[in-house]
Amino acid sequence: MLEIKCPYCGKRSQNEFSYGGDAKIKRPELGKEISDKEWDNFVYYRDNPKGKHSELWHHISGCRQWFKVSRDTASHEIFKTAKLDEDL
Amino acid sequence: MSQTYRLNNVGYINRDKKISFKFNGKKYFGYKGDTLASALLANGVHLVGRSFKYHRPRGFVGAGVDEPNAKVQLYFKGADTEPNANATEVELVEGLIARSQNCWPSVSFDFGAINNLLNKFFPAGFYYKTFMWPKSFWYKIYEPIIRKAAGLGIAPLKPDPDKYEHKYEYCDVLVAGSGPSGLSSALAAAKNGARVILAEDKVRFGGSLLTDEVTIGNKKGKEWADEIISQLKSMPNVIVKNRSQVFGYYDHNMMVMCERTKDHIENPSEFTPRQKLWHIRAKEVIISTGSIERPLTFGNNDRPGIILASAAREYMKVYGVLVGKKPIIFTNNDSAYDTAIDFKKNGIDPIIVDTRNDSQSSVANEAKSLNISIKFFCAVVNTKGYLRLNSATIGKFNSDKSDYEKLENISCDCICVSGNWTPTVHLSSQSGNKLKFNETIDAFIPNQSKQNENTIGSAKGSFTLKESLEDGFKKGFELSNKITGKNEKSITPTSNEKNYGQHDKFWCMPLPKKKHYKRFVDFQNDVAVSDIELAVREGFKSIEHVKRYTTLGMATDQGKTSNLSGLQLVSDIEKKIIPEVGHTTFRPPYTPITIGAIVGREVGKHYRPTRKSPIHEWHEKNNAVFVDAGLWLRPRYYKKGNENLLEASTREARNVRKNVGVCDVTSLGKIDIKGADSAEFLNRVYTNAWMKLPIGKGRYGVMLREDGIVFDDGTTTRISENHFHMTTTTAQAANVLSHLEYYLQVVWPELDVNVVSATEQWAGAALAGPNSRKLLGKLFKNIDVSNEGIQFMGYKESDLFGVPARIFRISFSGELAYEINVESDYGIFMWKKIIELGKEMNIEPYGTEALSTLRIEMGHVAGSEIDGRVISSDLSLEGMLSKKKDFIGKRSLFREAFVNPNREKIVGVIPIDKKTMIPEGSHLVNDGNATLPNPKLGHVSASCWSVEYNNPFSLAILKDGKNKIGEKLYAVSPLKNKNIPVEIISSHYVDPKGERVRS
Repeated sequence: MLEIKCPYCGKRSQNEFSYGGDAKIKRPELGKEISDKEWDNFVYYRDNPKGKHSELWHHISGCRQWFKVSRDTASHEIFKTAKLDEDL
Repeated sequence: MSQTYRLNNVGYINRDKKISFKFNGKKYFGYKGDTLASALLANGVHLVGRSFKYHRPRGFVGAGVDEPNAKVQLYFKGADTEPNANATEVELVEGLIARSQNCWPSVSFDFGAINNLLNKFFPAGFYYKTFMWPKSFWYKIYEPIIRKAAGLGIAPLKPDPDKYEHKYEYCDVLVAGSGPSGLSSALAAAKNGARVILAEDKVRFGGSLLTDEVTIGNKKGKEWADEIISQLKSMPNVIVKNRSQVFGYYDHNMMVMCERTKDHIENPSEFTPRQKLWHIRAKEVIISTGSIERPLTFGNNDRPGIILASAAREYMKVYGVLVGKKPIIFTNNDSAYDTAIDFKKNGIDPIIVDTRNDSQSSVANEAKSLNISIKFFCAVVNTKGYLRLNSATIGKFNSDKSDYEKLENISCDCICVSGNWTPTVHLSSQSGNKLKFNETIDAFIPNQSKQNENTIGSAKGSFTLKESLEDGFKKGFELSNKITGKNEKSITPTSNEKNYGQHDKFWCMPLPKKKHYKRFVDFQNDVAVSDIELAVREGFKSIEHVKRYTTLGMATDQGKTSNLSGLQLVSDIEKKIIPEVGHTTFRPPYTPITIGAIVGREVGKHYRPTRKSPIHEWHEKNNAVFVDAGLWLRPRYYKKGNENLLEASTREARNVRKNVGVCDVTSLGKIDIKGADSAEFLNRVYTNAWMKLPIGKGRYGVMLREDGIVFDDGTTTRISENHFHMTTTTAQAANVLSHLEYYLQVVWPELDVNVVSATEQWAGAALAGPNSRKLLGKLFKNIDVSNEGIQFMGYKESDLFGVPARIFRISFSGELAYEINVESDYGIFMWKKIIELGKEMNIEPYGTEALSTLRIEMGHVAGSEIDGRVISSDLSLEGMLSKKKDFIGKRSLFREAFVNPNREKIVGVIPIDKKTMIPEGSHLVNDGNATLPNPKLGHVSASCWSVEYNNPFSLAILKDGKNKIGEKLYAVSPLKNKNIPVEIISSHYVDPKGERVRS
């Protein structure tokens, strides 16, 4: 079980959190005309890297804040966690 | 029978406390402090079980967790049974009952032993090769027979009566293993201020100090260990645990340990948990798990009486038990000489058979000076004795050790075997440490640490006491210094030990010409040298493949004594060195763990929380039959007399249509939304428009996921300019909140909106039926409840006999209806008032079943239609899609599959005979009698008995449903064996224009 440092609450075990996917994905702006391909990339396509990955986690059984985690997907090493408006 | 193999003055057992127990129906005696194994050996019992495949008689090999053979079935007082208990770990308690496994009718006469005579027909891969054909035999003949033969003990049939607990702990340094290195590191770390947990799997602390003739400082090893333990126990920053196996090393230094807390206690209280599972997050982990002796491989090396030399010594020195009185010590190294010396000191004359030419170590010289007979450059070639070893064939090697020059038979009653030591690297390997092969000791040891893991002592291949102590004190200080920043150094005591020479790199004894003795590598799974040779011959080169093909190391002992011998063999055959062959993966758990310990207290109703509305007790008193709705318990119907579900729910639903009913809707998700941008946010979240919703009005809304699929629906009411009250379905309440938080925090942080769950803050009651307005007027005398006073979808705040209340005019039943919310604590007050004042209007409570009936015949969608596969238009909700604004998921609706005019559509279905209920989940097909696969046009999502028309009615999602109204199809349910001719009609069966709700 991973130990994740919530930027608001501190270190907690993984079972307090839920995973929220790739942190680099940006939702297209509302009302903007975009192609099927762009939209599909946003909805369906994700990188699946072995190694460093920046991702979103939700402290669902804690402060209920979403935040960013830089994690190695192979070793599970967590390099850094950050609030959404901070750099990873 | 008296304990004829028990020594008088040796060991740490309590001879004042005699304990009786039963093994295979026979009564024996042992002492407090014995294991089942040591007590049986004290009584001269070696035969404990039969092997898995050949049903060969087997005895004890080890004295601890490495034991491959002595798996017994335990029978508990008043409770059930436990299979596969390790007799070497089971502590003796008064009245213990144990039996041998895998034998019938008894361990000394076992019918299955015929497999041994037929062993030529059971080579490696036997099952894969034999049961391939004919294919049709698998289900009826092969599988049942194999299933009957497989497994060791008998699984219990009753629920586990014991309690198990989980405990969470944090520490600076966790030390696994209490041998010399573990004790010294724990002491050094604790004295330097670190929070330490010291875990020992066995009952007694000390590891090798319990048996080795050493001194530390000026004390004997055992005395030193006892002193350190009492010192550690007195320190407030240290937790010392015996009977505690650290079995798993997980991510981020999460260590899991199982503590045995009950089975050794004579009269435990009913509250004593049987085992405790500890989850320990340790900043640093010290692995001082020691090493396990490796057996040697020779002809018929599996007979009862053939035991590891270290185990024989442990039985002697810890339990005061001789494993035999005519011992042969068979070794390729010096450590077994200690066992010979201990036999000699207890008045028994052993014979040492050593594969080496000579040895000049201090321990070998001690044996020589004691006049112990030593046969150098010799091997045990073969053994005899069916149920108990009675003789051994000793051979003098020829010059290249490929055969023997001379064979002689020697009578004996035990052979104590030693093939040198294998470090217990399991935890180190689990932590991610890629092991390396050490050629000096011919075993794998830890390499570079991946996590904060530190392996010391013989677990990393340092076999001398001096090194272990030095390493322990050093690591304990270093790690604690890193954490606490303190500098309190403990002095490493001086020590005295014997010196041991180099082992012989020779483990597998050759067979004499024309002899085909079985030489076992893995005892529990009956894997012999010939099986491994065959596997390699057949092309299984990878060690992982050899393992799976031969089942080497796959038994309950996970190959603790056999893995390295197997590797050595493969590397010998392949003419490769072991590092090239590699090793199989070490996975947790290190030893078998009970399911009970893993589950802990999360059993039965405690598996997950149960949520109850504040009105729950009233429902119970009024004969409610409950149903699980997510975590909630909701009344399904209120039983009157002998009514069944259909009768009761029909009565309740009819009463709603005719008079008035009340339903507990507390479980509906409620989310409080505040902030200047709340309306804008709702506008993005829902598919319809929200900017112009007036204060005091609610609106029905549908949410999509970004992929366009319908996510949830509900009504949201504008309480004030910047304050909204959102409702969600019971099932999706938590997911909707997370969804909103995601968009507010991650996607649109610029919006000034806050959301919070208010589900448990409000109790809700729905009043539905033509009399509901009249009843509302009696409940709230101060407000105008007329159609103009509270319009359809209107909202008002008032007080219910002094209790603040919210009134929503919303309807899920299609009838004139209201929903009243009060603070949860007043829920029961509200409910009783409603029942009291509604009496004269014939009010009846209704449950979820009537609720479903009412919504189904109205054509309202719910969870059974919003199943994660449909888009708005499938549910005829396309009118809810705003064309003017963008919203979550809108762009997906323009994808090709979603604009197809022949997409699925929600429809109504009635059986032609107007009698037969259509099972939910039935498929709609053109031809009810077509052969399979019968093309599916749609499926029935929800069924009810329409109280309006008094016949069955269902909702279905049907391909091109829009154009199929009026068609005749079949509803087939192979599960219920039904084939029903049906007619497709509109999904709005009752009041299609929605006049009643607005009246």
